Amino acid sequence: MIHIFQNYWGTLLYGLGQTLLCSLLALVFSLILGTLFALLEESPSKVARGIARVYIEIFRNIPLLVITMFFYVVFPLYVLKMNGFTAGTIGLTLYTSAFIAETVRAGIQSVDSGQMEGARANGLSFWQAMRYIILPQAFRYVIPPLGNQFVNLVKNSSTLAFVGGFDLMYQGNVIASSSLETIAAYSAVGVLYLVITMPISYYMRYLEKRLA
Amino acid sequence: MLQNFIDAYSPDNLRYLFGGLGITILVSVVSIIGSFIIGSILGIIRYVKIKYFSAIVGFIIDVIRNLPLILILFFTYFGLPNLGVKPEIIPAAILAMTIFESTMLAEIVRSGIQAVDSGQMEGARANGLTYWQGLWHIVLPQAMVKMIPAIVSQFISLVKDTSLATIILLPEMLYRSQIIYGQNTNYIIPMFVAIALMYFVVCYCLSVLARYLEKRQA
Repeated sequence: MIHIFQNYWGTLLYGLGQTLLCSLLALVFSLILGTLFALLEESPSKVARGIARVYIEIFRNIPLLVITMFFYVVFPLYVLKMNGFTAGTIGLTLYTSAFIAETVRAGIQSVDSGQMEGARANGLSFWQAMRYIILPQAFRYVIPPLGNQFVNLVKNSSTLAFVGGFDLMYQGNVIASSSLETIAAYSAVGVLYLVITMPISYYMRYLEKRLA
Repeated sequence: MLQNFIDAYSPDNLRYLFGGLGITILVSVVSIIGSFIIGSILGIIRYVKIKYFSAIVGFIIDVIRNLPLILILFFTYFGLPNLGVKPEIIPAAILAMTIFESTMLAEIVRSGIQAVDSGQMEGARANGLTYWQGLWHIVLPQAMVKMIPAIVSQFISLVKDTSLATIILLPEMLYRSQIIYGQNTNYIIPMFVAIALMYFVVCYCLSVLARYLEKRQA
């Protein structure tokens, strides 16, 4: 395995970079989208709640790969040409945002309802109360599950390999087929994934314990 | 456009797609059963803290949990032949899914057991049960009830994750839809609609079940 690192470190590093870039982009956008839909679900408007529910159910119950393939295969035909990396990142963002919406909503619900009542009684509007009173408290509860979502995101970014996204998994396949050392190549890729995911998931477990 | 849908959903194509659904369900059900059994055992091993053994098992669980499933699929299908074992596609997919999902379940089981009040075990021991009797008859049944919603949502992920096995050419829905629209590009949208719907129906039913169980338990 060590000689795989020696011979292919450039390829592996490039793949690692693409994986990290895709995961970070998807994290930022899905955090924004997810929070937005969580707020819609908690809003007083029935229409908004319906829209959020449909969005979340669709993206939670369809496999990530189908969503990604949709943006890679169907989208370029009728709408806009995009490369594998973009298609993969969009798919990953939409898929993850549904899970983040559920996580954030659980966080909002775990904040004592007296907080909202107090804020409203003090003259804040519903959205002001959400923004200044509820969300800041909710995010504290939400950090460990969000960290776990990020670990999932890094793992799920391996679907980029299906659409030619040049991520770590893709490079692993390239190395495996050019070096013919399948096990060594995949082990090297595995080690690089673990370098990212293991510390985060251990840290999140620590945070969970401390919060509990 | 409408004509494309009508042509794409010809009886032959539909039969072929539903055959893919059958394989998805077959792989899912076998992996669910396998990973439930293995995951429960691993979770208990991790919980009871047998010296060294539990720590090693725990570390292996953490390593597998933090790897992408696609990598494990590659290991079983392309890596095992290098070690002299050449699994067929369906067994390879089931093996990879079972290995991966049982580590996910092990974590659910472990945290479920930990969530049971420690007084239950103390009470059981005080009433003369051995540690294992207490675990089996008192703690586990209570933990199982708490874990069910999390376990069902893990099974939803499992069903969705079977689509990743197209990469080792498992002839399930996604793979078969690609074969159909590979013959006629007009069928691309109808095929995506069809498989998205099929996955959605299966997974949505499971998530309704998960929510029902969650409510009943609360």
